[in-house]
Amino acid sequence: MTPALRLTGLHKAYKDIRAVDGLDLEVRPGECFGLLGPNGAGKTTTIEICEGLLTPDEGVVELLGLRWKTDRAALRERIGVSLQETQFSDKLTVLETVRLFRSFYAAGEEPGAVLERVQLTEKARARVGQLSGGQKQRLAVACALVGTPELLFLDEPTTGLDPQSRRQLWDLVEGFRAQGRTVILTTHYMEEAERLCDRVAVVDRGKVIALGTPRELIASIGADQVIELVLSDGAPGLSPTWTGIPGVLGAARVDAVITLRVAQLHATLPGVLAAIERDRIGIEELRTHAPTLEDVFVSLTGRHLRDG
Amino acid sequence: MAEFGRSIRALVAVRLKEFFREPEAVFWTYGFPIVLALGLGIAFRDKPVEQVTVGLAEWAAPAEVAAAALAGDSTFLVSRYRDSSAAAHALRTGKVALVVIPRGAAEYAYRFDDTRPEAAVARLRVDDLLQRAAGRQDPAPVREEIVRERGSRYIDFLLPGLVALNLMGSGVWGTGFSIVDARRRKLLKRLLATPMSRAEYLASFPLAQLLLLVVEVGTILAFGVLAFDVPVRGSLVALGIVCGFGSLTFGALGLLAAARPTTIEGASGLMNLMLMPMWVLSGVFFSSARFPELVQPVIQALPLTVLVDALRLIMLEGASLAGVTGQLAVMAAWLVVGFVVALRIFRWQ
Repeated sequence: MTPALRLTGLHKAYKDIRAVDGLDLEVRPGECFGLLGPNGAGKTTTIEICEGLLTPDEGVVELLGLRWKTDRAALRERIGVSLQETQFSDKLTVLETVRLFRSFYAAGEEPGAVLERVQLTEKARARVGQLSGGQKQRLAVACALVGTPELLFLDEPTTGLDPQSRRQLWDLVEGFRAQGRTVILTTHYMEEAERLCDRVAVVDRGKVIALGTPRELIASIGADQVIELVLSDGAPGLSPTWTGIPGVLGAARVDAVITLRVAQLHATLPGVLAAIERDRIGIEELRTHAPTLEDVFVSLTGRHLRDG
Repeated sequence: MAEFGRSIRALVAVRLKEFFREPEAVFWTYGFPIVLALGLGIAFRDKPVEQVTVGLAEWAAPAEVAAAALAGDSTFLVSRYRDSSAAAHALRTGKVALVVIPRGAAEYAYRFDDTRPEAAVARLRVDDLLQRAAGRQDPAPVREEIVRERGSRYIDFLLPGLVALNLMGSGVWGTGFSIVDARRRKLLKRLLATPMSRAEYLASFPLAQLLLLVVEVGTILAFGVLAFDVPVRGSLVALGIVCGFGSLTFGALGLLAAARPTTIEGASGLMNLMLMPMWVLSGVFFSSARFPELVQPVIQALPLTVLVDALRLIMLEGASLAGVTGQLAVMAAWLVVGFVVALRIFRWQ
């Protein structure tokens, strides 16, 4: 089967910054694929190269078996795009905006039907300028959907949205995906990647540093639980004794937070507490949680996703 | 490719909606030129022949003779004073332009300030009347023919200029601002990610201007014709074609000004730089012939100059399209160069 997207040896540099530095990817038809990484990881550059808005310095981009250089017109008809922070004209209504985008495509959905799908029917006659952030984002998705794309690109679709708007957008993406079409999205929210994506590529410094289903990725760090210790001001750094405690698989420190990946929480915790006691480490807070993609990123890079 | 013409129609419709939903833009395009024409039309309206007040001193018999002589001319209003010092006071305070002081039978003194133009004129005419009353015979017979023709007044000169100025303003500002705004909003980049044709997008601006100009030019012309009886001697078709040419030309210059800037401020500066010389040099408010010979070739090559000229030729002198081919050629050159360069250097993202 032709992959929905294939990237081989992608490079793109701006002056002396290597935004994309040798990136390979393959996205299967019908899957929801996520590029997860902190701000500045090269996600937007990568997705804009895929969308044909940027040309790579090196590497091959294939979408639906086609290439931008030779099949630009055909590709434009078959993909849908929602960019980061597009502001549509404030003076047009929601319906007028979607109609305008519909007019660009040879085939597509009826604008009214698209608005219904993104739950903006009530706002059809409202000016774009009067919409909330979540409504504007759903309008952006409506404009991406109106040409009935086979492949949908969403760049940071829920950044800056409140939790309810975020959930509405997730439902929308799941609905699209349920029709058997392909979604490629970028995000720096691990909950979003875990909830929406069949597979995730963790991107850092222009490279894919891990790839798999969210479950596989989380399992790859081999921990059942994660213990976070928030240090008091002036507490000493990473104690070399952490990894010596039975059950502790790995330790990382980001700012004042020490993250311990552990096998069995109930068996490991007493040893951890004893070490804190023995070394007189000032602890502000102790938290535990099941490992997430965030922990995957921390264990791979020693940094948090939100660090930027 | 979408159904032929559907995108361009949608794009033009969007342009028109965006324009009419911006009340300020509508005012500056339609209201302002009318306010300007009204103001200037009133300021420079044809005044009735002005009356000059002449002072006449003393009440003796010679003064009666002079009063009778001056009463025959409606251009004079005669104020009479008891003596010459009272009349001199009236002169000093500007109540009268000239004082006539009788000095015995058929002998007069004229007291006036020769730096005041109306005083100098009054002196000549008063003297004329008094000399004739005293029995002078003019050797050469003369006849006066008064001409106050429509088409030679200031408002007639001004109105075609205002039409042209409006076409320039809406063409350059209208196009330029929309494009820079769309670029700032990253809307241009978003549109690029659709199958939309770039040429159709850019063409939608001058096309929308072309539709707007029917209302725009129509409003100003109708105002001029109804309020000031400004003549339109040439054909409306020729006038429409010249306006259309002007609108497309300035639309192309608007595209050029908006081809690179990413901020409204940057575009604004460029557009001012483009428009200011034409405001001053192109003969909208006064004839461009007043500028030195040396700069005339430059002035005559400016798109606004040729548009104003062509409109005046058609409206005031009844020229046909054949009579303005030179002007149209200059506009066509700007149109082509502006559009081609704009397309070449256009920044889409």
